[in-house]
Formats: sequence, structure tokens, C-alpha cells
Amino acid sequence: MGSYVLRRVLQMIPVFFGATLLIFLMVYTLPGDPIAALFGDKAADPAQVASLKHQYYLDQPLWKQYLHYMGNVFQLDFGQSFTGRPVSSIMADAFPITIRLALVAFVFEIVVGLALGLVAGLYRGSFADTLVLVLTLIVISIPVFVLGYIAQNIFAIKLGWVTATVQNSTDISELLLPGAVLASLSLAYVARLTRTSIGENLRADYMRTAVAKGLPRRTIIGRHLLRNSLIPVVTFLGTDLGALMGGAIVTEGIFNIQGVGNVLYKAIRTKEGPTVVGIVTVLVLVYLVASLVVDLLYAVLDPRIRYA
Amino acid sequence: MPAVTRVRWAVIGATSVALVATGCSSSGSSSSSSDTSKTFSYQSSEPQNPLQPANANEVGGGRIIQNLFRGLVDYDPANGKLRNQVADKIDTTDSQTFNVTLKSGWTFHDGTPVKAKSFVDAWNWAATVSNNQINSSWFSDIEGYADVHPKSGSPAKTTMSGLTVVDDTHFTIKLVNKVSYFPYKLGYPAFSPLPEGFFKDPAGFGQKPVGNGPYQFVSWEHNTAVTTKAFPNYQGVDKAKNGGIVFKMYTTAEAAYADLQSNNLDVMDQVPPSALANYKNDLGDRAIDSPQGAIQNIGFTLYQPDWAGANMAKVRQGLSMAIDRDTITKTVLQSSRKPATAWVAEGVEGYKAGTCGDFCTFNATKAKQLVTEGGGVPGNSLKITYNADGGHKEWVDAVCNSIRQSTGVNCVGDPKTDFKTARAAITGHTIDGAFRTGWVQDYPLNANFLHDVYVTGAASNDFGYSSAAFDAAAKKADEAASVEASETGYQEAEAQLAQDFPAIPLWYYRTNSGYSTKVQNVKFDSFGNPAWTNVQVKG
Repeated sequence: MGSYVLRRVLQMIPVFFGATLLIFLMVYTLPGDPIAALFGDKAADPAQVASLKHQYYLDQPLWKQYLHYMGNVFQLDFGQSFTGRPVSSIMADAFPITIRLALVAFVFEIVVGLALGLVAGLYRGSFADTLVLVLTLIVISIPVFVLGYIAQNIFAIKLGWVTATVQNSTDISELLLPGAVLASLSLAYVARLTRTSIGENLRADYMRTAVAKGLPRRTIIGRHLLRNSLIPVVTFLGTDLGALMGGAIVTEGIFNIQGVGNVLYKAIRTKEGPTVVGIVTVLVLVYLVASLVVDLLYAVLDPRIRYA
Repeated sequence: MPAVTRVRWAVIGATSVALVATGCSSSGSSSSSSDTSKTFSYQSSEPQNPLQPANANEVGGGRIIQNLFRGLVDYDPANGKLRNQVADKIDTTDSQTFNVTLKSGWTFHDGTPVKAKSFVDAWNWAATVSNNQINSSWFSDIEGYADVHPKSGSPAKTTMSGLTVVDDTHFTIKLVNKVSYFPYKLGYPAFSPLPEGFFKDPAGFGQKPVGNGPYQFVSWEHNTAVTTKAFPNYQGVDKAKNGGIVFKMYTTAEAAYADLQSNNLDVMDQVPPSALANYKNDLGDRAIDSPQGAIQNIGFTLYQPDWAGANMAKVRQGLSMAIDRDTITKTVLQSSRKPATAWVAEGVEGYKAGTCGDFCTFNATKAKQLVTEGGGVPGNSLKITYNADGGHKEWVDAVCNSIRQSTGVNCVGDPKTDFKTARAAITGHTIDGAFRTGWVQDYPLNANFLHDVYVTGAASNDFGYSSAAFDAAAKKADEAASVEASETGYQEAEAQLAQDFPAIPLWYYRTNSGYSTKVQNVKFDSFGNPAWTNVQVKG
């Protein structure tokens, strides 16, 4: 187990370098000149453009820029944005907000998704099952921004239960609505995944054994059925945590949450290399850690993996 | 450095800018009680650059700068006329050397006095190329600009010879050429004074600016809000009638509009296109619909031989007559624009309605006749290039329909992915025939719409338009003895455009906005900004 964890951690090093290099190349070779773009709709002044390029180290060849960037990263300096702010402080502002939002969504996904899936799976063919299937189908087929605007319109503008956008992102109660919207799609997948998995395992031999042994229903479902049925769901949830963090752009836009999605979107539009590379690097790390946790959880859920 | 780099091309719908300081006139109208200590919130976006006056050329930073700083002059938001702020008077006898006298008593928010040196040092610093200020080219009129801002390499000097401090309240500005309306340019926030503390740490200042305007900086919570409060010792004519402004950052106009409807935001810029159709119903008498100093045109590639020549002007006049501006602005643009009758936007000083004459009136028969007389459109087909990211597709298609139906010319839109790509194609002369173009005022004077766009060789003269008559008229207007004479001079120059028709004026922009139930007396100026200091917060 220990060497397994160590191997996984060591694997992160080449992934880290590969990801930063790829992102760096992609951002810096995008068409369009970020410095000329700073002048907006005005005709750019060539002398000023040259001087600004020098300031942001953009007048150097690409490989030098990358070495310069990585050299700074190892001194924990992620460079500066065009606003003159260190990228590290931009990330320090944005990540906690998105992490809070992603966690709210994640809790929704687990609690509601698993509950719906469990009910549907246990009572297959019942009215509740059909209802879950229809509801999740609707959620899956409606794009997130449609759901977001509808929710905003109904709950904030028409009913006035919540504020239309998030006024204070440290207030978890304000994050409930955007969290639910963000979770909706994954929630539907979790519910369906759980339903299928439970449906399969209900017919498994060990279930029949457990029932034949006369075990209490609560033990059968909790220890035998759910634990085994959760393996595919946990895989999905693990990778989804990363997706929630990076994929919050639409939801953050609708509810004006100044998290990673918004900052990243703006940085890509203005071609602010250091900000994009910095944020994506952290997101890559989040994915890596999340999949590491998933692999470790397997071992907890399924002892066969532990001994392998 | 050609003076024309001062200009700004409109791409309203993407990231267009309306800068320049506004203040307020004394209007004293208040319907219900107001509390002058309360702040109001305004839709904003995270500034793109540090908050230094010469470094803000986009709305996010620009509107904060224009509230924190006051220059020599600004424009009365009620009528767009120039008015003195820090300047007591700006005199000139030859339109080339300007003697500036300052009012006494002005201080920065840190208590230090605003002196002649505060202006001269600030301008020299901003113009110097190595200080990397986006708006440095605004100083190119001043003698000695080339010394501090060479076309390449490092500057030889850090001060411009055209600026001389006489004493604490007097300084002189000498220009390279005569520009009778130069004081109008001085209203641009890049010309703001800076306190001495700035020069010790310009970068730190950019995060925590100290100005001399009606509002003083309180805090900048990045990506969330910039908070300001009214400056009690403000000496300008537009003292704040509210306690301050909180600039709340929004990433989308939709989110801001949702907040406005539920009273979490007090005033916004421009309602999102999706709300144009019903914002007046949603907001009732809190909806705003007021003119803006911006115009939309269709330009022609006069540098191509088959579009040059006097006869082709007839074709362009015909095409202009083939466009049903009234119907298109009402239907496709949902009355968010007003049909144009001149090349200068409505409400701008020196604006003269009807310069375009009959050519801006829809008349299908006459249109076809003119196009035929002029020898027709080359190949009988016309391509209008535009940027697809700016919401232009609908009206370009409508204009083309109108042209096709009236004249039989095969007109099609030619979309380019985004503004940058479209601009590159236009300035690189790789397009064919016609293109969407536009102009947002830098300062509310007709010269800004004419000199910077249509003079031969102007950096924003994308048409390759060159008319000896127009150039002569513009030069005469530049050298006029007064701003008024210059305005009339430019009206004469504008008349020449009606003959040569390098571009078809289409319509003027409007501000479509609104405010919450918590504030009153919200009026917008021609820059599309509210008269900030006039806004009253209900008690």
C-alpha cells in the first residue's frame, strides 16, 4: 500500500511538467497578441507595445519564456497578471470560493444522488423508479445554463427567496442554489449509476446468501449491497470533483461567483499566460489528488484490491 | 507618433469603452428625501490594468479612475460642454501655446496640495515609453513627446520640452501643431494630476490610488468590488450628493440585470441584449433610454481602384439610400439605436443634423438610379465584413437584405471570428468592398469624429480616404482661433464627406439601462456613464 501511494505521488511529477508545458505552449501560441489586445479598440502604439512586451518577458523566444516561468514557479512565484497582481494571490482568492462551491455541489450529488439511486434501484419498476428516471433524463438533457437561468428567475426574481447572484461567497446558504445547479447534471448520473449498480448486485450470489442467512435488512443493504454498489459511483465522484472545480464556468457566470471558472475564462480571453498556466496547473494537481483518493478508497471498499 | 492613435474603434457589444470624466451639473431636483451619506452600487468589471490614470483604457478601470481623479477640465454631463475643474482658466492666443491657471485650495485625498507640478510631472511620467502606460499616446500633441517616447529604443529624456512650470498655480503647454480644441482633450482621465507619493511607488499606487476627485479610494477586493467614499474636502463643481460608489464586479450583464431587478445592484451600464425587448416593462419609469456619442458606419475600401473615382461616390450614395434605417433600428435593433443623418453622433458639440442630406433617407427608386448612374457595384456583389463576436450579424444581414431588394446588388455579410481578426483584416487591407466600422467619442466634439477618422493618413482612416478639400478644411478648423470656430470649420469639412461618401452613416448608439428602487436622479451622459455625483440614495 505504501509503495503504491509513493508510486502514484511520483507519477505526478512528469504529469505536472507535461501539463504546464502543454498549457504554456497552447496559451502562448494562440493567435492574437495579448499586448496589442490590451489597447482594446484603439490602434496600438508600436513603441509602447515593444516596451510592454519587454516588461512581461514576451519579447523572448518561447523556450526561454517557459524556462523563465518554470524557474520562477520553483521559487513559488507564478508571475504577475496585467493588473499588476501576483498570480499566486489571484489563485489564493479564487480557489477557496470554487472549492466551497464544488463541495456544496459535491454534497448535493452524494446525498441526493445516492438516495434517489438507492430508492430507484431497490424498487425497480415502481412509480418512484419511473419518476427518478424521468427526472434525471430531463436534467441530463437540459443544458446547465438553461437550468441556471430558470432557477435564478424563479427563486430569486419571482419568489425572492434568495439573492439573484451570490453577494458573499463565504455564506454557504447563498451557495446552495448555484451548488444545486452545478450538481444537477452529475447528480443525475450518480442516481442512474447507483440505480444500475444496485439493480445488478441485488441479484448477486452474496446477496442471496445474506438474505438466506436471515440478516437484518439494514445490514444487507448497508454492508453488503451499498458497499459493493458504490465502487463505480466512487470512481465517478472522484473524477467529478475535478470536473466540478474546472467546469463551474457557466454556473459561476450566471450567479456572478468570482471563482476559478470566471478568472480562468477572463484570463484566456485576455491571453494572460501566467494566470492561465498557474490555474490549470493547480487544477491538474486537483485531478491527480482526486484520482489518488479514488484509488485509495477502492482499497477501503473492496478488500480484494487491498491485497493485490 | 501620429496624433490619430488617440482614437478608439467601437465594438459595442464586445468591449467598447466610454471613458472621460463626468461630473454633474447643479440640478437640485429631488422627488423624495435622500441620504447623502449612503453609498450606491454600480455594475463594473475587474480593472484590466493597475489603477493609474494613464493606464486605464477599458471601462473597468476607467470609470473608477474618472471618479477618483479630476483633471483641469471635464464635461458637463447635462450637455457635454467643457467646464473647468482644477483649471481656473486655460488661455491661448495662437492655438498652440496654452497658459494654464489653477484654482487654489484643491488637495489630493492624502492632504497634499494640487500644484502645477502635479500635472506636469504626471504627464511627463505617463508619456515616457518605459513607464508602460497604455494611454501614453494621448500626450503626442505636446512638444518634446518624441524625446520621451521614441518610435523604438529607450527615451533620451524623461521630460517634455513643451511643459513648463511657471509657479505653483501656473504652467504652460506648447504643442507640436496648432490644435484649437486641445482643452477638449484635457478632459480625458490620462491628463489627471498625480500626488508626489505616486512617483516613489507607481506599482503600489496602482493598487491603492490617491486622487483628487469627488471620491476617494477605500478598498479593492479583487474580482469582487472596489469601494469608494465621498471626499469631504472636494473643491470641484460637482460635489457628491451621495456617500460613495461601490463598484461591484460582474462577469455578465445578465447577472447584473438579475441583481438590478432584485435590488441588489443600484445602477447598471447597459441591459443585456436578451432584456432589450422588455426592460422598459420590467423597470417602468426606472428604465433609461438616452443618447450616446457613438455611431455605426459601413466603410468602403477606397484604396481599391474599382472603388475609387467620383462616379463610385454616386454608387455609395445610392447604397446608402437603399438602406431602410428606420425599420432596421426599430425591428432588428429593438429601438436601441437611432437612424443617423450625419457622420458625427447626435449630442456631440458641433453636431449638425442632416449633413448627409437625402442620401441617408430610404428611397429605393433613387437608390437604384444612383447605383446605375455611378456604373454599378463592381461585379454587382458587395461583401460587408464584420466581427461575429459583437452581435452585428443580425443588422448586417438586414442591411444587406435592404440593399438587395432596393438595388438588386448581391449583398452578403462576411463574418470574421472576433474583433481582433476583423480589425487585422481591415487594417491589413485584405478585405474586399465594405466593412462594418464605428466610432465612440473620446471627447464630445465633432473634430473627434472627423479628424481622427477621415483625414488623409489618420491611423483610423481604414478607408484609405484622401481628399484634398477635406484635409484643407480640417487643417483650417484645427488652426481656428476658438473652439466654436473650429466646430463650424469641421462642419464644413463634414459637408465634403457627403460628396465623397467614404462611409455610410447608419445609426447612433443609445444607453439602455436602468436603476433600482433605492436610488433616484440617475441620468446618463453621452459617454454612457451616469452623472455619478448626482445620484441620490433614498433616505
